[in-house]
Amino acid sequence: MKKKWHKKLDKVIKDNKRILTKSADLLSYGFDGSFGQFKPERVVQPISREEVAEVLKLANKHSIPVYPRGQGTCLSGGPLPVKGGIVLDTCRMTSKLIIDSENLTAVVSPGIITSKIKEAVDKEGYFYPPDPSSAHVSTIGGNIAENSGGPRGLKYGVTGNYVLGLEVVTPEGEIINTGGRTIKNVTGYNLTSLIVGSEGTLGVVTEITLKLIPKPKSRVSLLAVFDDLGDSGRAISGILSSGIMPSAMEIIDKYCINAVENYNPAGYPTDAAAILLIELDGHPKAIEEEIRQIDQMCREIGARDVQSAVEEGEQNKLWEARKLVSPAIAKIKPTKISEDATVPRSKIPEMFERLNEIREKYNIELVVFGHAGDGNLHPNILTDKRDKDEIKRVEMAVSEIFEAAIDLGGTLSGEHGIGTMKAPFMEKELGHIGLDMMKRIKEVWDPNNIMNPEKIFPEKGQSKLVLTE
Amino acid sequence: MNEQSLKDLQQKIGYEYTFDCVQCGYCLPACPTYETMGKETHSPRGRINLVKMAAEDKMDIEELRDPIEKCLGCQACVTACPTNTQYGRILEGAKKVLNDTEKKSVAKKTTEKIVFSKLFPSSSSMDMVGHIMWGYEKTGLQKLARKTKLTNLAPLHLGKFEQVLPSSVSPKERKSRKNYYPAIGKAKFTVAMFTGCIMDSSFFTTNQNMIKLLNYAGANVYIPEEQTCCGALHAHSGEVNQAKELAKLNIEAFEKYNIEYVVNNAGGCGAQLSEYDHLLSEEPEWKAKTHTFVQKSKDISTVLWHLGGLPLLEEKEELVTYQPSCHLTHVQKVTREPKALIETIPGVIFREMKDEQKCCGSAGIYNIVNYDEAMDILDVKMSHMRPTKANTIVTTNPGCLLQMKMGIKREGLEGSVRAMHLVDFLAERLVVNS
Repeated sequence: MKKKWHKKLDKVIKDNKRILTKSADLLSYGFDGSFGQFKPERVVQPISREEVAEVLKLANKHSIPVYPRGQGTCLSGGPLPVKGGIVLDTCRMTSKLIIDSENLTAVVSPGIITSKIKEAVDKEGYFYPPDPSSAHVSTIGGNIAENSGGPRGLKYGVTGNYVLGLEVVTPEGEIINTGGRTIKNVTGYNLTSLIVGSEGTLGVVTEITLKLIPKPKSRVSLLAVFDDLGDSGRAISGILSSGIMPSAMEIIDKYCINAVENYNPAGYPTDAAAILLIELDGHPKAIEEEIRQIDQMCREIGARDVQSAVEEGEQNKLWEARKLVSPAIAKIKPTKISEDATVPRSKIPEMFERLNEIREKYNIELVVFGHAGDGNLHPNILTDKRDKDEIKRVEMAVSEIFEAAIDLGGTLSGEHGIGTMKAPFMEKELGHIGLDMMKRIKEVWDPNNIMNPEKIFPEKGQSKLVLTE
Repeated sequence: MNEQSLKDLQQKIGYEYTFDCVQCGYCLPACPTYETMGKETHSPRGRINLVKMAAEDKMDIEELRDPIEKCLGCQACVTACPTNTQYGRILEGAKKVLNDTEKKSVAKKTTEKIVFSKLFPSSSSMDMVGHIMWGYEKTGLQKLARKTKLTNLAPLHLGKFEQVLPSSVSPKERKSRKNYYPAIGKAKFTVAMFTGCIMDSSFFTTNQNMIKLLNYAGANVYIPEEQTCCGALHAHSGEVNQAKELAKLNIEAFEKYNIEYVVNNAGGCGAQLSEYDHLLSEEPEWKAKTHTFVQKSKDISTVLWHLGGLPLLEEKEELVTYQPSCHLTHVQKVTREPKALIETIPGVIFREMKDEQKCCGSAGIYNIVNYDEAMDILDVKMSHMRPTKANTIVTTNPGCLLQMKMGIKREGLEGSVRAMHLVDFLAERLVVNS
């Protein structure tokens, strides 16, 4: 039956091709890259901030939940329409991609694919560093909502470090601007930072001003091979404490190396315990010296081999293989649970031990790779959704991974966000009052709780991960 | 739905394959219909999820029809997929289920029967299509359309396609084709040609050119008479049983010859031939000979490349771009050879168009039954073609060739740009010893 607000929505978005109502359409917007399938009542595809504002005004008036969504690559359940309502697809908001060379900024619409921004920026001779692995699919709006990271986070930080200003539609349908176009801006509360990573719970971003930086003059990649996992951990600390700041430093364990080599051989050594993939960028002379130091240091610590790749083609080959880790491990078992628990760098070896214990305790396929340089590991569990018994063990293992990360002074998420997957563990990391302060902010911004409800904040009594229906 | 019928449905629809999809979305940028329609419903990830929903009885099967029928089946998503999800199998399963459950009108049933059982598999019928086309110059294609009741299929735009069809050859010329053409000079290989039904009726000259190219490159060429339609259009329409029958006829037709390759020049047919082992996987007695047939089936570009290319090509400056056939790229995984052959032609300046591996919208009979959607996809393709400033667009499939001609016409580029099959393009430059 057509509800009153359905009819009103038809008036707000006049082009009825951009209001989806068929069952197949609705189910198609009910999932993301994580877990769970839901069915919204409507999917809307606005193309302007005015349309977004009108949708939110209507939703606010009738207390209809609204779930903003980009391309749905989210790994934590951010866009899932858990309470039905409206999915607000921002993918058609693509009108703006302006590069302001004088101010080294870019102004972009939320539906633009991140790699398109990177390409355009690169063409002008500048650099936009955040590089989530999904950059060729995900939208900048989604990156803002989840505060996405990527391998270069070590030296350059996450998406949030490059956002100078935002245009936001509030849950009550008002349009506001936060921050601005200046590099320095300390006026009042930093609402820009509050919105970035708020996972669509405080409003809908309709325009973004990004900070760009000059392109590094040169770039070199190194591959260091270790026969002992502990040695690779010590090499990470060694390099970072020596004052060298690689642009990326990735660790790949033996299970992942073998998965890649079985999937699409890249020439990684299959008998190694772990490899480190290091990228250096900057002035060629400085890099030359840094390569020498890293080579020496790694070998002293126990590296079997250190190779460097200077040519772009060779470098790409090394990094392409790194990108294959994620798909390659899915060959082990079909269901992949990708976590991004992050620990202080010094605790990486300890985290590895804890993960190993969890692997054995629950008898599960747990592999580890990730951005070792910034402590952002990706423990991945490979299982099969259809194996109910194993899924129960996996649920317990995932909980234990989160607990281990928090115990070691780490955090639930380094770059994927909280969504539905990690909400049950928020209080463990933030404490009761800490979480309550966040909740109070949410209540003030969104008095009718229409924006992406049931994300970030746990429901009453929710204290563990549930993967089965 | 009761448990048994749900199990049957899951079996038929390829439910098991859907579990390989991790919903990462990496297929989205590769999908032409997602690009033009802008809905997850029309993306590979979306379609896989919907098949899963239908197989779990969470959605009515009928809801699947539009998303599945609007899929081009280009399989670009399979190339893009990091977990190697077999989208082709899922699509095929969904089509079969939809075909079996469809309540067809008598007219549609009759038309399909004529098209699938009588027209495509019969070389004499297809010859007749060729003859009629030859006679068309006076009578108009409507006559053909009426005769075959093609107009009942859907709101067709056959008139538009008719304008881009190549001129036909006379029945006499068709009849005069021999069964064997020996290599010019020393023979390196002996091959047999898969003529294809549409290729042989509407693109007879291309087939003749292919024989010439093979002969000059050093191959003896047989043309087995008993061969029939590859069955691709049947399989893609969910008529799996008919596709199987045709496959068997072809395997038997070619196994009589002592040959290195079964050569074809249509990306779509070639893809179907290369999948005969999958098609007949449930028939163990056919396993060995199907395997042999599949191993031998190759696209003309691959065979010419193996033969060491062509001798003596005329030198002439020309700007060329290439529109690969999806089924050649994404199913047969042949990407290098056609371009390499083009680049060996003296004087040719090759310019790759942006997103060349994306479908042009032709996709079997997709552009006939989903005309508007196909034209949207074609418009995107032409927007990538134009900046190359090419005078010639080379293709490797008859459907793509017609679609490109259509694109040239729509853009008003006739006179300055032409579309050609790779075979005809190479034949044009071939210096024939007199």
